[in-house]
Amino acid sequence: MSAYNIIDHEYDVLVVGAGGSGLRAAVGLSESGLKTACISKVFPTRSHTAAAQGGISAALGNAGEDDWRWHMYDTVKGSDWLGDQDCIEYLCKEAPQAVIELEHYGVPFSRTKEGKIYQRAFGGMTKNYGNEPIKRTCAAADRTGHAILHTLYGQALKQKTEFFIEYFALDLLMKNGECKGVLAWNLNDGTIHRFKSHITIIATGGYGKIYYSATAAHTCTGDGNGMALRAGLPLQDMEFVQFHPTGLYGIGCLISEAVRGEGGYLVNSKGERFMEKYAPKAKDLASRDVVSRSMAIEINEGRGIGENKDHIHLHINHIDPKIIESRLPGISESVETFVHRDVTKDPIPVVPTVHYNMGGIPTNYKAEVITSNGSDKTVPGLMAIGEAACVSVHGANRLGSNSLIDLVVFGKAAAKRAAELIKPNSSHDEISKSETDKCLDRFDKFRNGNGSNKTSELRLSMQKTMQAKCAVFRTEKTLKEGVNEIKKPFEGMKTISVKDRSMIFNTDLMETLEFDNLIRQAVTTMESAYHRKESRGAHAREDFPKRDDQNYMKHTLCWHNGKEVKINYRKVNLSTLTNEVQTFPPKERVY
Amino acid sequence: MVQFNLPQNSKILKGQYFKDKTGSSNIKLVHIYRWDPEKNENPREDTFEVDLNTCGNKVLDILNKIKNDLDSTLTFRKSCAHGVCGSCAMNVDGINTLSCMKSHKDIKGDLRIFPLPHLKVVKDLVADLSTLYKQYESIEPWLKTSKSQKNEINQSKENREKLDGLYECIMCACCSTSCPSYWWNGDSYLGPAVLLQAYRWISDSRDEEKKERLKMVADKLKLYRCHTIMNCTSSCPKGLNPAKAIGSIKKMLATS
Repeated sequence: MSAYNIIDHEYDVLVVGAGGSGLRAAVGLSESGLKTACISKVFPTRSHTAAAQGGISAALGNAGEDDWRWHMYDTVKGSDWLGDQDCIEYLCKEAPQAVIELEHYGVPFSRTKEGKIYQRAFGGMTKNYGNEPIKRTCAAADRTGHAILHTLYGQALKQKTEFFIEYFALDLLMKNGECKGVLAWNLNDGTIHRFKSHITIIATGGYGKIYYSATAAHTCTGDGNGMALRAGLPLQDMEFVQFHPTGLYGIGCLISEAVRGEGGYLVNSKGERFMEKYAPKAKDLASRDVVSRSMAIEINEGRGIGENKDHIHLHINHIDPKIIESRLPGISESVETFVHRDVTKDPIPVVPTVHYNMGGIPTNYKAEVITSNGSDKTVPGLMAIGEAACVSVHGANRLGSNSLIDLVVFGKAAAKRAAELIKPNSSHDEISKSETDKCLDRFDKFRNGNGSNKTSELRLSMQKTMQAKCAVFRTEKTLKEGVNEIKKPFEGMKTISVKDRSMIFNTDLMETLEFDNLIRQAVTTMESAYHRKESRGAHAREDFPKRDDQNYMKHTLCWHNGKEVKINYRKVNLSTLTNEVQTFPPKERVY
Repeated sequence: MVQFNLPQNSKILKGQYFKDKTGSSNIKLVHIYRWDPEKNENPREDTFEVDLNTCGNKVLDILNKIKNDLDSTLTFRKSCAHGVCGSCAMNVDGINTLSCMKSHKDIKGDLRIFPLPHLKVVKDLVADLSTLYKQYESIEPWLKTSKSQKNEINQSKENREKLDGLYECIMCACCSTSCPSYWWNGDSYLGPAVLLQAYRWISDSRDEEKKERLKMVADKLKLYRCHTIMNCTSSCPKGLNPAKAIGSIKKMLATS
């Protein structure tokens, strides 16, 4: 291996990722006086939080009475009882304050007549434990994520967080099962950096790019999840991949649920509003897994739209153009840019599209990472937040607008917990040379990859396999084939080809390192899905159409050490955190 | 002697030619600026024959296709691909834009792709935006309020509307790097992108330091290097109007 010079840094806390959760954590950490670094492979405002559109849920009650317990009930039901109820209680109870903080940071929320934060209806959000739809989703037009991300970056600047921008995290540096920091690569000058930190917070987002068609950005490669797997830690509930009902047909661009929240509806080729059939009460505002499945059934039964009968129409052309202009301006722009249609006149062609990963690095409600060898134990020095984490508040299916609130509530919780755990400026452990060398070996091996397999080809093969074998509906057969087929691109990595040998902004190498992260998550997703022989939330098995609480009311844990996969399970926590609310026992999930 | 030519090592040379191997009859010639900081070579312009039958409609689709199929060393930034993150800003056919939103079908003949102009090039189409980011920091892009964090700060619909056309900026830098004033004085003139953001905070009814913010930008270099050339507004891929925002700041200063 050629020698790499290493530049060392010491911080109390290191945040990896600068999206909504990473930035919210960084703000809290810096505020509490901890020496905080935040590294990100993209400039913070380029993070994928920017793409969140419809809003952020919190029981503020600005559009009529609301209660965080109702929000909690909706989230538990949305999760199909796979969410941990202590964590969901924490999320929903903390949500209103977290949103008010964002407002004080400067988020330009849309406003009600009274000048309060505007709230809109969203799928699965109801009044009084499952009654009529409620307006709980706080919005800045249809650019809520963008507004929050930019505001949080400003706030982190105010708090003097130290940013390391366009640094690509390579691996966690572990010592006796504890995390001691991260090895990273500065793309702009090609140098290698070793960050020592008492606590490392993984905030690297989801891994939507394991699929061919996703609303996810090119950068959504779940690098933190990949690092966790390489460090010998498990990922949890990876089989639960959310298909957003309304991705723009042929493009993949997200068309916000806010469209339906503002009165939009879905129609099949016969002109029927088919959601009335599948969800008589909530109709188009049922939860995302339910709507996506209904659309898939309509398409499979020949009632899809277009030459190939392969998509569905979303109508908002009955809504006053002025309302569209003020509340859904971004959607109008995207539809115009990508499919050249005028939403005030024409329907929008949509299809269920991969959108969100419920699974990720298991944590408790304090954001501490959990592993298991029979019983749960926390991993000292390591936290995870945001889409990278599986707290689990979303369980088997996330409700729309619950992800943005997840980012800020648990970003803040991580900062709070870190401040409890560490004394500012305490001394750092040595990191063994062998640990650093192990990470550099991997980097160097890829950098000099002179095999015959192009990264782009392996990635495409992975994406097509996931799309074909692990989609909205799954069966024993497709998953078994998937488990076998997904091994091919994984094995293909042994003879991968990287043409660019340079160190400065080598995106050929970066995409290869990202692929290494992706493929491990693709394998764990497929394996986890294969082993869950029931239907729950986003995991719909045609051969096991019912939820099976007796055998499967448990979280899947999946390890992948680079050679073999190991599956295990851990209990779902049905107990609440306090006695301010009682457990919501499992029942049939009907919208 | 004054030197009017580019220095020798900055001249763009003719680069490699990548021939199509599919035999397609629907070929577009794409010329792309290349420069590798680790090689002691001049920048060059490579040409790629791209088969449009197997390519999406946007310029980013072409770049991805080249990187995936023809030359994996081609370097450019990309992320959301839907026009919200601002990563893939570059100069396409002479105009700064987001490659993910720009349709190549709008461009007749050959396609020329360069990095955003007048910035230090990091590699190929990746330009160094660190100065612009520091300037963004300098306008203190956060709400200044003394209100208690217990309750919402109310804001009327009318006051909130004053932020429309400002807060949507995605910091892609297309505007600033199309501005001749910013080319000449990029280290001291804040440029349209940053001034638009300065105006966003000046316009926020919840902010309690409007006067200080105005004072902070009232400077012959920071603000008044804007000579209303308007390139900023015509290049903005999000349809925003930084020139108008700058005009509004000047007007506020003139009348306060």
